[in-house]
Amino acid sequence: MNRSVQKYFPIFLLPTLIVFTVIFLAPFILGIYLSFCKFTTITDAVWIGFFNYPRLFEDIIFRHSFWYTVSFTIVTMMLINVLAFFVALALTKKLRGKNFFRTVFFIPNLIGGIILGYIWQLLLNGLLTFVGRTLTSSGKYGFWGLVFLLCWQQIGYMMIIYIAGIQNIPWELTEAAKIDGATYWQRIRHVVIPMVMPAFNVCTFLTLTNGLKLFDQNLALTHGAPSRMSEMLALNIYNTFYGRPGYEGVGQAKAVVFFLLVATIALIQHRITLSKEVKVTE
Amino acid sequence: MKKKTQKRNRLIALLLAGVTVISVFSGCGNRKKNKNSFWGNHKKTGKVYYLNFKPEQAEQWKELAAGYTKETGVKVEVETAASGTYESTLKSEMAKNEAPTMFQVKGPLGLFSEKDYCYDLSDSAVYKHVKSDDYVLKEKNKVVGIAYVIETYGIIYNKKILNRYFKLPDAEIHSISELNNFSTLKKVANGIQEHKNELGVRGAFTSAGMDPSSDWRYKIHLANLPIYYEYKDKGITSTDAIQGTYLNNYKQIFDLYIQDSTTDPFMLSSKTGEDAAFEFALGEAAFYQNGTWAYNDIKGNSVADEDLGMLPIYIGADGEEDQGLCTGCEYYWCVNKKASEEDIQATLDFMEWCITSEKGRKVISEEMGFITPFKTFEDYLPKNPLVKISEEYIQAGKFPVSWNFLTIPSVEWENGVGSALLEYAQKTGTWDAVVHAFVDGWKTEYTAVYGEESMIS
Repeated sequence: MNRSVQKYFPIFLLPTLIVFTVIFLAPFILGIYLSFCKFTTITDAVWIGFFNYPRLFEDIIFRHSFWYTVSFTIVTMMLINVLAFFVALALTKKLRGKNFFRTVFFIPNLIGGIILGYIWQLLLNGLLTFVGRTLTSSGKYGFWGLVFLLCWQQIGYMMIIYIAGIQNIPWELTEAAKIDGATYWQRIRHVVIPMVMPAFNVCTFLTLTNGLKLFDQNLALTHGAPSRMSEMLALNIYNTFYGRPGYEGVGQAKAVVFFLLVATIALIQHRITLSKEVKVTE
Repeated sequence: MKKKTQKRNRLIALLLAGVTVISVFSGCGNRKKNKNSFWGNHKKTGKVYYLNFKPEQAEQWKELAAGYTKETGVKVEVETAASGTYESTLKSEMAKNEAPTMFQVKGPLGLFSEKDYCYDLSDSAVYKHVKSDDYVLKEKNKVVGIAYVIETYGIIYNKKILNRYFKLPDAEIHSISELNNFSTLKKVANGIQEHKNELGVRGAFTSAGMDPSSDWRYKIHLANLPIYYEYKDKGITSTDAIQGTYLNNYKQIFDLYIQDSTTDPFMLSSKTGEDAAFEFALGEAAFYQNGTWAYNDIKGNSVADEDLGMLPIYIGADGEEDQGLCTGCEYYWCVNKKASEEDIQATLDFMEWCITSEKGRKVISEEMGFITPFKTFEDYLPKNPLVKISEEYIQAGKFPVSWNFLTIPSVEWENGVGSALLEYAQKTGTWDAVVHAFVDGWKTEYTAVYGEESMIS
């Protein structure tokens, strides 16, 4: 069996590999190349070397977007994980209609970000009318609007992962803890949380990268208004690329910097949570 | 026995792998085949792909394209970019193999530098039909773009509401002919706002929505007036650094728009272009800053055609009593130089057909409501009452305000001014920020766009 796997694995990998190359790897490499070019459409690029990179750091809005995105990611990462975990706890208890609730919580995930953004724009603006404000009155309204939107959308998804994690805990463990006289919260603190560490790892990774890469919701909900104060990194790159003639290369350079940033942060996060994971399973 | 099953398993695995690979490739294969039979027929005649800018006329262009295909068999594809996304759509479409053969550039400062993308139209039939060179875009003796619609904007008003206002006991004026400067406009607007319940309206002006679908009315079209008067004073037609000598006037008129309005200034960021059009079309506001193209959105609602009027945008400049409406052309037809020869020819033929054939002229003038710069349209004038009004102003000897917003250095400048206006309107920013975006932003953007060009090339 092993031998045949060794023999045939390239054939099975091939379809995925082709698709991955065509729609991910090739554009990625092309993108890096374009960040050193001046161009209007990507087919007529002219090599200009490092010219685009210094200009990227002159952009004040880019710096603002950076900190805006980082704080957004931290807030959403914590909120989504904590809330999703507690919802998962509640829905793994013996509860009537828990499957129904699981579905309800999961459904927001099935709606596209653009549609969600526009729907919540209407709803949140409708609410804010009572205090005479809109989502774009200042960057803060947009920030919390986006936090709310992303939580609403992603808690259900992370909840499913946590539910799977909780259900995988051997019942002997909780049973033994119970017999030893551990209270409910002690069981959660010392049995459940350490045991769902793998799920926690996955969820943190997902929420972290989702927060950093957020685009659709940002575009639809606030479109960066007012004065680009609610513009996150991905939208900033998009606007640089499409909004300014002659800045296509700078937008591309921003995208490369953005990639390095997300990759570094995600790798560090993975290291940290993975080390925790190993400790508990030993 | 074991060996046999192993063999069979291996066979199945191979088969499965084969099927997967084939199914991946067959996707591409099929498309290629389709393409051949699809385009094959037209290879000699070429095809047209028109990327249209105006969402208002999307349907009519499709109709025109279908009519042309029916008549000649040449395939014409029409795509329309969503409002406010023309540049980005064009940019991605132009990078495709099946790039648009016909597209539009925005004035002399279009995104696509003419030398790279625009076919020389000097010998084209369409160019021969243009009334004058005022309506073409030239670069080094080459005709790179031809305007296809002349448009006019101003303050559209509802005669019915104004007539009701004129009958009020404390009305400042009693006839529209007296309304020919900013201070009168302000008095009338204030009066309407004050008596809005009596007059049955929600405000004098429609909401000055600062949503992207609407803010161009202020950051571009309204901004044209201070630019126009400054150019006029200095006797120039473009500049690398604007001084903002008329920005106080800009503030005056914008203040009026947001104060005597149907909407609380705090809510402006969420108001769209449709909102304003509906408010006017339903008779909820007396004034609506927009242009001839807005007729399609207004007609057929509660405001009758004969109740439509249009005023120049008065900002309180000297001699504005003789000011007319803002008339010009913004978008020019261009043909993609990089398209194949057959496609270029097909596109040129299509353009000619649009402005010379019976159907083309009918659809363009009557259904799209365009007034064009072509000689072939003498007997084809749109029914659009707003177009007639703009003619009347010219005949009355008022000076038309040209579209100097075409000299705005970049979209970035427009966005900067737009954001500052919004923040000013909702009181999260000051007017100084608008001045800063207007004056300093102009300089920065001008250097960014033109300075850099010379640095690299």
